[in-house]
Amino acid sequence: MKIQLQHLTKTFHSPGRKSSGEVVAVNDFTFEIPDGQLIGLLGPSGCGKSTTLNLICGLERPTGGKIFFGDRDVTDLPPELRGVGMVFQNYALYPHLTVRKNILFPLENLKGKDRLSKEEMARRVDEAASLVQIGELLDRKPSELSGGQQQRVAIARALVKMPHVLLLDEPLSNLDARLRLQTREEIRKIQRATKITTVFVTHDQEEAMSISDRIVVMKEGVLQQIGQPQQVYDDPANLFVAKFLGTPPINVFDGQIQGGMLHLGGEAVLPVPGIPDQRVTVGIRPEGFLPQADGPLSCTLSGVEVMGRDISVVASHPACQSPTLRAIITADAPVDRSAQSVCFALKPEKVFLFQPDSGCRIRSVP
Amino acid sequence: MRQERKAWLYLLPAILFLGAFLVYPLIDVFIYSVEEGYNFASQTYFGVGLYNYSYVLHDPYFLQAVKNTFLLVIITVPLSTGLALVISLALSSIRPLRDLFQTIYFLPYVTNTLAVGLVFMILFQKTEYTDGLINLMIQWFGGSSVDFIEGPYWAKMFVLCFYTIWVVMPFKILILTSALASVNPDYYKAARVDGTSKGRIFLRITLPMISPMVFYLIVTGFIGAFKAYSDAVALFGTDLNAAGMNTIVGYVYDMLYGDSGGFPSYASAAAIILFAIVLTITCINLLVSKKHVHY
Amino acid sequence: MERTFDFERLQGRAKRRKQVLRFFTYLLLGVWAVVVLFPFYWMLLTSVKDYGAYNAEHIPTFFTLSPTLQNYKDAFTSVPLGRYLANTVFFAVVTTALMVVVITLSAYAFARMEFRGKNLLFTLFLSLMMIPTELVVITNYATITGLELRNTFTGLILPSVTSVFYIYLLKENFEQVPDELYRAAKVDGTSDFKYLWKVMLPICRPTLVTIIILKVIECWNSYVWPRLITDDPNYFLVSNGIQEIRENGFGRENIPAMMAAVVVISVPLILLFFLFRKKIMAGVSRGGIKG
Repeated sequence: MKIQLQHLTKTFHSPGRKSSGEVVAVNDFTFEIPDGQLIGLLGPSGCGKSTTLNLICGLERPTGGKIFFGDRDVTDLPPELRGVGMVFQNYALYPHLTVRKNILFPLENLKGKDRLSKEEMARRVDEAASLVQIGELLDRKPSELSGGQQQRVAIARALVKMPHVLLLDEPLSNLDARLRLQTREEIRKIQRATKITTVFVTHDQEEAMSISDRIVVMKEGVLQQIGQPQQVYDDPANLFVAKFLGTPPINVFDGQIQGGMLHLGGEAVLPVPGIPDQRVTVGIRPEGFLPQADGPLSCTLSGVEVMGRDISVVASHPACQSPTLRAIITADAPVDRSAQSVCFALKPEKVFLFQPDSGCRIRSVP
Repeated sequence: MRQERKAWLYLLPAILFLGAFLVYPLIDVFIYSVEEGYNFASQTYFGVGLYNYSYVLHDPYFLQAVKNTFLLVIITVPLSTGLALVISLALSSIRPLRDLFQTIYFLPYVTNTLAVGLVFMILFQKTEYTDGLINLMIQWFGGSSVDFIEGPYWAKMFVLCFYTIWVVMPFKILILTSALASVNPDYYKAARVDGTSKGRIFLRITLPMISPMVFYLIVTGFIGAFKAYSDAVALFGTDLNAAGMNTIVGYVYDMLYGDSGGFPSYASAAAIILFAIVLTITCINLLVSKKHVHY
Repeated sequence: MERTFDFERLQGRAKRRKQVLRFFTYLLLGVWAVVVLFPFYWMLLTSVKDYGAYNAEHIPTFFTLSPTLQNYKDAFTSVPLGRYLANTVFFAVVTTALMVVVITLSAYAFARMEFRGKNLLFTLFLSLMMIPTELVVITNYATITGLELRNTFTGLILPSVTSVFYIYLLKENFEQVPDELYRAAKVDGTSDFKYLWKVMLPICRPTLVTIIILKVIECWNSYVWPRLITDDPNYFLVSNGIQEIRENGFGRENIPAMMAAVVVISVPLILLFFLFRKKIMAGVSRGGIKG
């Protein structure tokens, strides 16, 4: 089912503060989620991503704007009439019920003509359980399960109603690192198998990038960018998005455009045709550096970290906003580890220019 | 070694006081209870046996006290726990005024039982001058007035139960509201997403989640109600036997001291019988709870 | 189109149901608030009614137009209410102070000192919590009578200067103070006693304050033990005092004066409650028992 958000806004009254007693959690969101996709809502904590999820779910009422599931306006519908399944951050499995009864719980709520027969309910529970591979755990209590298993039970409980939309709130944050990798693949697989439009919330950009069909980047209640992960990474809309995506993070410099050339600390490092002279903030991805003996960007070398296939060069440059910058280059690149300095050429497609104050992207006009 | 000696020194006052006023008396009460014909003044007794128990069990005052206590327990424990549950649920479902209500509801906890009991007495009492406020209200609704303090047994029992519930409610409401507040709100959100009805949320989620606390209240409620005494004194005065409203604990104290006192052996026997009853009931409670309380 | 209309109606009905439920919720809460507050109102009201006017009311009135403080004067002059109050304050202060010393020392020993049999002793202490007062009061009565301590403050105070529950509470709190502080103090050559006094107690002050308040409430309301141990009105506490007033003071029917005495007895605790509302409620929900 396609989901459309139109000018969605949610403000909260924060009690206690008399002046400015309103917090805008979600500010004028408009975007569309195509049918059957897996969408990652991404942003630092407090950016309104969980609120957005709750709005889609129906647990919160928007202050303004509309939500459509397919062609139906669901803005005023309570959650149970929307056909959504939700997985909570701490899973919210009822501790006193067995796994089977937990999964059965939503089905038992159905009334009237939606009511299922006992056999049908049991069949659906088995189906959902086998989909997430917890068939042998059905008679245990949640407290007897590992974090990853609880996570799957929660997903099974959300799926058993056959929802049109599946919502996951920080689905991986309670798992340890190893399980996290495994579980995110699992989620991807389940989503592929069921083809349910799925929205999940995370603050971990790697997680969002690795499994989403599209990511939605948010900051302080404002939508920053929406697109396929690679596309957002390669073409960030502003400095925030550029900084938020990518490990190691992007290197940020203070720069100057003069006569079609980008200057960093007085040196002309890259031609940037069609951009008028101005001060700029420059973002360079770690993989955007090419070590070259006569490269225009000369940095003081502080160390080299071996990562196997690649090496990571840690250096410093006076124009860099942080004390060190980090470049990822292939292990066979010519870097003299004992040298005092290292020179780089830059890959133009890995260098982004932003306005220093607003952080807006400056694009070259060909 | 020095440290060890110092530790015992620090513990000395507590050990002395606990030994003298808690451990020794506990042993002694059993001894008292089997010393027949004990004379308080001369500290002598005739023999050892179970006569004291037999005397107490055949004493009509004791039987009256047992009857009163059991009635009080059976009426007040379920009523107060149920009412506290309803009020706590109502409290946790509202936001405006919640703090105010909570504060008001806690007030009886910090009042002197004896003093406020007097207020209940004048509210319910019927004298030759006035019928009292409660009777006035009964008359508004077309009933006929009753003296709740010196009148028929059921009326006195009613006031006693009413006052007891009034006194124990603050504790129960407090415990239950904090139990309700500690239920993770995600459970309710999950239930809402699944379209769970209010009644089902209560029966299938809320009640199981707070069942340990409800059970705790039932157990302490039983124990507390079995030990009822000062509520009755507050309403009916110190001569509870004459009012026919004595409780088991009241019987113990009356045997010990006062106009009918001076019989520590009978008092001990009665006290031990009381605690045999309380222990039995608590054990039954524990067994029942194993079946019904989750976790 | 049909379907949306249907939903709108559903929504309307749900909204109305919600309003009705909310109304009944507040009604219930309001009724119980009245049940709780009314006795307090009635005692205040009666305490300012004129004696003559009160006795002339065959049908009780819900307010008075000519409040008088005469009853309060009577309460302090014709019965020794002031004496009862002073006794109770003295009893509460001394008992609480002694108890704080005793429980602090033991809690510290359990929390910070090493000695043989510590765990066994602590378990023994905890098991003492299950001993009901009603069972031990008989022998204590005999003990105090035997020591000829009836009608003395010593006899009143002694049996209630220890509380296993408060030792337990304080010990738990002491144990939360990090070990490093203790080692640092030891390195600086601080004595155990000084460490307890200068470091532990200030850190654990919130718990200590809660314990003190709960104990004061308990003392203020204690009735059974004082009744057993005192028959000289000079040593009566407020609970016994009010019972005495009811049975022998004022002449039986001076109910306004009696209510004035009740108000005077109730006010200190209610003030204490309003001052320390959060602390008291938190303390009680941590395991308070009706004192």
